[in-house]
Amino acid sequence: MRDKTSGRTIFAFIGPSVIALALIGIAPLLYAAWTSLHFFNLTRLRQLRFVGLENYQTVLTDTAFWQAMGRTFFLLGTSLPLQLALGLGIALVLHQPGLTVVKTLCRLSLVLPMATTYAVVGLLGQVMFNQNFGVVNQLLGGADINWIGDPTNAFVMIIFWDVWQWTPFVALVLLAGLTMVPNEVEEAARLETKSWWVILRHVQLPFLVPGLVAVLILRTADTLKLFDMVFTLTRGGPGASTEFISLMIQRVGFRAFDQGLASAQAIILLAITIVLAQIYIRVFYKEV
Amino acid sequence: MTPANRSYAIQIALLAVIILVCVFPFYWMVTTSLKTQVVALQSPPVWTFQPTLDNYRVALFEDGVLRTLINSLVIAVCTTALALVLGVPAAFALARFDFRGKKDLWFWFITNRMVSPIVLALPFFLIARNFGMLDKHITLILIYLTFNLPIVIWIVTDQFRGIPYELDEAARMEGATQFTIMRKICLPLAMPGVAVSAIFSFIFSWNELMFGLVLTRSDARTAPAMAVSFMEGYNLPYGKIMATSTLIVIPVLIFALIASKQLVRGLTMGAVK
Repeated sequence: MRDKTSGRTIFAFIGPSVIALALIGIAPLLYAAWTSLHFFNLTRLRQLRFVGLENYQTVLTDTAFWQAMGRTFFLLGTSLPLQLALGLGIALVLHQPGLTVVKTLCRLSLVLPMATTYAVVGLLGQVMFNQNFGVVNQLLGGADINWIGDPTNAFVMIIFWDVWQWTPFVALVLLAGLTMVPNEVEEAARLETKSWWVILRHVQLPFLVPGLVAVLILRTADTLKLFDMVFTLTRGGPGASTEFISLMIQRVGFRAFDQGLASAQAIILLAITIVLAQIYIRVFYKEV
Repeated sequence: MTPANRSYAIQIALLAVIILVCVFPFYWMVTTSLKTQVVALQSPPVWTFQPTLDNYRVALFEDGVLRTLINSLVIAVCTTALALVLGVPAAFALARFDFRGKKDLWFWFITNRMVSPIVLALPFFLIARNFGMLDKHITLILIYLTFNLPIVIWIVTDQFRGIPYELDEAARMEGATQFTIMRKICLPLAMPGVAVSAIFSFIFSWNELMFGLVLTRSDARTAPAMAVSFMEGYNLPYGKIMATSTLIVIPVLIFALIASKQLVRGLTMGAVK
């Protein structure tokens, strides 16, 4: 259909961005791979030396690292089902006919949490969940709950904000799926049965699958990335109770100054992300 | 009450709850920003009080939040402009030309969007330190390209694909070069996509905290990094923190509302239309 364009023309168009990304995206990664093979402590730079795979060995046998990884997936395992359930509920309500004005208003309000600066979400958490003058304890009928200083409560609080910020995203993705169902099909199904569950399961679900897969993969990647909100809210504490994987790497690299070990951790995290990205591209970009 | 009316009543109640939950934290943020420290520290919290703009005055002009907002603005605008200059031609190539390695490019872009910023922050910090690039605007402008460039390329590629190829062919008959075709014919038609990708790029850069925290100290301090630095010490200046938060959040909320129709498509990188 389209004639051959010369390689030089193509390069003129795509070259600058590829070179830019190679310099800022790939060169640093190679440097991180180099760092990960060294004893590299910012406070003891004189002792910089090649140690082979020692850092990787340390990471792979480090219980704290795997605990942080487990904690990260535990967060995903608790907040994602909540986001899916609430998001599906919201999408179904918004998909009902009628009440256009209120629904438009609702859709616009759903946009707000997603766009909010993550760091500000963390600051809001500090203010609203404060034990003494926080509004959350007041709304819970004058409860005296220590949210930020208690390991379990702090984790619950992180789940709350993650759900608050990302349920709208799930809802809007699923709503987009619901609107893909052809009208005739849905109306025919409604004549057959009154049960919303049967319609959801047999008529709507096939149209929701791509959105669900996208949500699953992206929420996994985003949870592995999660840093800003938790850093401002709890700094990973109390203890290590909310120290997720990105926070742990940041602490090891910039507060314990062990760049070598942190780089090894980062490379392992990168490997996991690459697998996720592979799956994502397999599912969504078959015909690029 | 007829069943239809009852169903509407339930729907309205549910919608009201959803709106309330989404909006309430912003209401609390703004009202807290208008409280004096004494009022902010009342237990239980008060809902009516004499509002004051003092927190904004102190934060902006005495604590230097204004300067960090300007830093954030400069960085976000520059990185967005750079992402467009580099990304639009790349998007045109992806939409119009066939070449080897196209699939690898997509994969690479997607990985860049999904990888945790800490993976890049570690080596970038060491490199920037070696080259004396810490605490410089240009450092953040460049590193933000790692997520802005993929976003721009995605959205704009999609937009270019929607433009009929016949237009290109007609122009080529007239002897136009590929560059002229892109600039004079396709780009004007792709402007909606370009605008949306610019908004996304701006929002992501403006919201970013980790790189700002790790790579800046004072001269290039970004607003989110500044807001976080208020969180040190025991008696936190809650009013001031919320005033700063409000100033940070307002511009992104406005942009997000403008681009609200495309927000989901952008966040899923085109997987969901």
